[in-house]
Amino acid sequence: MTRTRRPLTWRVAAIAAVREESVAARTLVLDVPDWPGHLAGQHIDVRLTAPDGYTAQRSYSLASAARAAAAYAVSTVEIMVQRIPHGEVSPWLCDIAMVGDQFEIRGPVGGYFVWEPSRPEPVLLVAGGSGIAPLMSMIRTRKEAGSRVPFRLIYSVRDPDTLIYGEELARRVRDDHGLDVTIVYTRQTPPGWRRPPGRVTAQDLAEAGWPPALAPACYVCGPTGFVETVADLLVAAGHDPAAIRTERFGPTG
Amino acid sequence: MTDVAEWVDGNDIAGPARELFTVDLTTARGRCVNCGRVAMIAEAHVYQRAPGIVARCSGCDSVLLRLVRAPNRAWLDLRGLSYLEFPIPAAATPEVMPVVA
Repeated sequence: MTRTRRPLTWRVAAIAAVREESVAARTLVLDVPDWPGHLAGQHIDVRLTAPDGYTAQRSYSLASAARAAAAYAVSTVEIMVQRIPHGEVSPWLCDIAMVGDQFEIRGPVGGYFVWEPSRPEPVLLVAGGSGIAPLMSMIRTRKEAGSRVPFRLIYSVRDPDTLIYGEELARRVRDDHGLDVTIVYTRQTPPGWRRPPGRVTAQDLAEAGWPPALAPACYVCGPTGFVETVADLLVAAGHDPAAIRTERFGPTG
Repeated sequence: MTDVAEWVDGNDIAGPARELFTVDLTTARGRCVNCGRVAMIAEAHVYQRAPGIVARCSGCDSVLLRLVRAPNRAWLDLRGLSYLEFPIPAAATPEVMPVVA
């Protein structure tokens, strides 16, 4: 990544493509001229400005793979936006924004919740809902960078309709050697699903995660309550608190 | 478990802070004036539903820093931190010094 030795300001991004990901989430492919490159797990701030000058700002994780700036033949990055009813920003991004629309972004930012392909330890990813976005960037980055570090993803969603990246994850489990994915449905499962619906438990983390003795790097992303619970369960299971990186997001949309 | 919390991680102030600092503030380690806890700013509890951004200590909940942005200026209050320690790769030439409050 290019280290920019200047304070960061806003730049214009244009929507290059839109992909619907679930009943309430869509991917926006953004064309950002001179994108400096990013690390897996970093985010951008999005700023929308109304005709009267009122502005609203939100943070969105970058979901696309990390690449060096030079690798961007076309400077596009992806964010995934979940529609929050009555939100100020997400309804516009989810329902109204079209290809060609422009808005301001600032980033990439954040050096804490990041994974770099040079890291040797196994990785446990735990996502709650749209918290999958930065973890998807790590999964995509791992493949693009040719990392052989084993990844396990535990992904908690309410029901099959709210599953995001379902097809891509199934394909990557088949094609990306060393990636395991476990979906935990909290309210309603697909027909014939083995595990009854319910929140992520210590048993889920023990069965689908890594034993603490392997000293995995753990990344937990989701709503604040979800992240609190999962991080506490991981510490109680014996994982080193310093190896658990968390990213919580609030209810604002 | 509740999904409706008032705060988010310190990760969230990475963007606003990068308007003021040339390096990432969220991976800096800061010492809480009140309880002495040393933690990364990313681990602080950040409250945004206010005229500015307030980061509180994840140990004792006292205010570490406040950042208020207006169209043509910013106010930064670091009174809750006795120091900030920034990781700076050896090869890089630091252009800003650690901020001491």
